[in-house]
Amino acid sequence: MITATVETRDNYLNHEYGVKSWLLTKDHKRIGLLYLAAITFFFFLGGIFATVIRLELLTPPGDLVSAQTYNKLFTLHGVIMVFLFLIPSIPATLGNFLVPLMIGCKDLAFPKINLLSWYIFMAGGACVLYAMLQGGVDTGWTFYVPFSTSYANTYVILTGVGIFISGFASILTGLNFIVTIHRMRAPGLTWFRLPLFIWSMYATSLIQVLGTPVIAVTILLVAVERGFHLGIFDPALGGDPVLFQHLFWFYSHPAVYIMVLPGMGIISEIVSVFTRKKVFGYRFVAFSSVAIAVLGFLVWGHHMFVASQSVYASLVFSFLSFFVAVPSAIKVFNWTATLYKGSISYDTPMLYAFGFIGLFTIGGLTGTFLATLGFDVHVTDTYFVVAHFHYIMVGGTLMAYLGGMHYWWPKMTGRMYPEGWAKLSALVVFLGFNLTFFPQFIMGYLGMPRRYHAYPEEFQVYHVLSTAGASVLAVGYLIPAIYFVWSLRFGKIAPDNPWNASGLEWQTTSPPPPENFEITPVVTYEAYDYSILEEMKVG
Amino acid sequence: MANHSLALRHQFDDVEQQKDASTFGMWIFLATEVLFFGGMFCCYTVYRSAYPAAFGHASNHLDLILGAVSTAVLIFSSFTMACAVNSASTGARNALVAFLGITILFAAAFLVIEMSEWRMLYKEGLMPGFNFTYKEFDPGHVQLFFCMYFAMTGLHASHVTIGIGILAIMAFRAWRGAFGPDYFTPIEISGLYWHFVDLVWIFLFPLYYLIARHLQG
Amino acid sequence: MAEHIVTKKQYSYVFGALLLLTFVTTSVGMMDLGRLNVIVALVIAVIKALLVVLFFMHIYWSTKLNKLVVVAGVAWLALLLWLTLTDVLSRGWLPFPGK
Ligand code: HEM
Ligand SMILES: [Cu+2]
Repeated sequence: MITATVETRDNYLNHEYGVKSWLLTKDHKRIGLLYLAAITFFFFLGGIFATVIRLELLTPPGDLVSAQTYNKLFTLHGVIMVFLFLIPSIPATLGNFLVPLMIGCKDLAFPKINLLSWYIFMAGGACVLYAMLQGGVDTGWTFYVPFSTSYANTYVILTGVGIFISGFASILTGLNFIVTIHRMRAPGLTWFRLPLFIWSMYATSLIQVLGTPVIAVTILLVAVERGFHLGIFDPALGGDPVLFQHLFWFYSHPAVYIMVLPGMGIISEIVSVFTRKKVFGYRFVAFSSVAIAVLGFLVWGHHMFVASQSVYASLVFSFLSFFVAVPSAIKVFNWTATLYKGSISYDTPMLYAFGFIGLFTIGGLTGTFLATLGFDVHVTDTYFVVAHFHYIMVGGTLMAYLGGMHYWWPKMTGRMYPEGWAKLSALVVFLGFNLTFFPQFIMGYLGMPRRYHAYPEEFQVYHVLSTAGASVLAVGYLIPAIYFVWSLRFGKIAPDNPWNASGLEWQTTSPPPPENFEITPVVTYEAYDYSILEEMKVG
Repeated sequence: MANHSLALRHQFDDVEQQKDASTFGMWIFLATEVLFFGGMFCCYTVYRSAYPAAFGHASNHLDLILGAVSTAVLIFSSFTMACAVNSASTGARNALVAFLGITILFAAAFLVIEMSEWRMLYKEGLMPGFNFTYKEFDPGHVQLFFCMYFAMTGLHASHVTIGIGILAIMAFRAWRGAFGPDYFTPIEISGLYWHFVDLVWIFLFPLYYLIARHLQG
Repeated sequence: MAEHIVTKKQYSYVFGALLLLTFVTTSVGMMDLGRLNVIVALVIAVIKALLVVLFFMHIYWSTKLNKLVVVAGVAWLALLLWLTLTDVLSRGWLPFPGK
């Protein structure tokens, strides 16, 4: 069979066999795949909740599910998608797989801790699943007090504990990456020769390490307050519910950058390879990642404009919020400039990259609308906000994630995916996405509040469009799920460097050997220097 | 040299890199710990600034002398921990085990003092959620003080307990001769953790025992 | 990077200083100095913390990178406090209903 040649080469997949060799592995590549399996499960689970939500919203009356059930649906959708899918998505799968390969070392600095982080993540996920099976939780993914501490009759503590635990998985991944990127780079691989994906993983890790502990302790306080009937945030005892929101958003605004920064890193890689050019303004793009990570911590109050935060603080936060838009815009401009006069090829990863750039821009621009105090007061808690963050999280991060999966699939599995189907599904995803979420901008602007299961008839047309779009989107996600699995057996054998890319990960075999490189690479050129490929062929 | 190659994990090029990476990793972990406790310090600051008088009244129910003694005990354990690292670096195995033992002992003493304080508060009806009967000055906000007090000292005590566990493992390994002058990174990073636990208490002590006593408004 | 070994004698000086500062801060805590109480207690706490971090934890002899981590941890905590207090301390500054 066609597989013969590849199977004989020793690689990380055939080096050892059996369930035990996976569950006890310390190989970052295998741990990346373990994470991939886990988050794919959570993605489809969260998707099921979204489907029921969209079906309920097809008609104005709340007829399909009760109000309480509806609350549980959007809560579980949010909790699972944010904490169990998006946060770990790119860092824990592609990041885990690629960071050591891209910087030319054998593994992460702490392989055991890496495996531990997967188990911690699974334990956290199991708690959330258990809470779900017990009857779910209805506080929204934001767990606002005093509802979550004193009034909700659902499994708040159990879900909270799940998030608390999975938070540590995220911290450990970030810690591992920071140490690895600082200490383990191949000889000659200076900071400014690093691929931009590494820069973005580094910036992401900073946020994971500096932000996550705060949400952990906040959720802990909520659980303790609820469990022992204390009064830490309870206004009845002089506690301050707005303080909870400060602590929550101190993490959760930066967390949106945990979700999108890795995506930006992927886009930088893809745009460069498929235009055959260096990323325009490499240093600006690199530093903008770190700038986003830092500035992202200064703006959290823009989620609290109507939460009885002081007007003065709202002014400050509104003002600061505009600064985050600057490094984000730098990236968009530089990707666009990279396209200029490039020899662009429209392979699937590039299609997703185009999708990302457009949709992220819309999401980011509407973000600045929302950061405008006067405008936000009108549209806060409406579908406008829902559309805003879905443009970034789904239109941005998820597109980048899929683009990255296609781009590195040959390296991960040694197989090519079917290009025709892949292009089709990229198109379906793009169309389905816009059909789902663009109408939400309009209805939000017109006043449709979020988190309601029934609504006035005048909004029905937008909801019908949105639900129709969601069905298309679902098809767009199912197609890759099917052909990726298919390709594992029937895909064409992938060459070592199918895209003619210059990164170190492409200079080893596909799939890579357990130790990544036969000999430790020595780096003498900058990232995205495609002329080096010609020299290597000659030399 | 034999020791070196035994202790070197495959992903590292040399022992120096491995040691650097471990300490660096530990420092990053401690930074996350700063923010972990930081969330609670933030709550404390907000409530203390909002209700100084209630905090003043509440603070007087804590035993200042007990607080000072437990501070001294913890500082002493930090000192013996530092000595343990020093012994490890000179390869003095018995001294290393002894210093770790003393550190554990004083850590346990700290916990005993803390528990006696908690028990006292429980008996006085000052433990929210379990027995809170305080009715005098502004009970709501006094309760808030004690909620934060128990949350923060409780979190700290859990760290002390984990620390004791880690140090016990280290003492056992040291006793078995796992460390020598050229390999004692685990001792060093456990030491960092232990000093961090001490650091937190260095702030908890003044915040709860000292700075509000005279504010009774 | 050469390993810096600190002697037990040096540690004992640090320990002595820490003990002394604990004594001072406790004694001052018993007196009513008004606002000064807070300042003295916190300044002493910071000095003690510095002693522990610099000498017991060897940051004084450590790499720049480790120093940076310490600074970052403290700076982020400061950020959390600072921007939260921006709200908490300024409620009611502007004459709008609902704070
Ligand atoms: C250009 C930068 C951005 C700005 C200025 C911005 C601004 C805002 C503002 C002001 C809100 C609050 C709206 C309201 O509740 O009334 C908001 C909500 C939100 N944003 Fe953004 N945003 C930006 C980027 C992002 C990114 C990159 C993501 C995700 C990856 C994101 C995810 C979210 C989410 C999840 C919410 C809703 C939270 C909730 O209440 O459930 N934003 N954004
Ligand atoms: Cu935000």
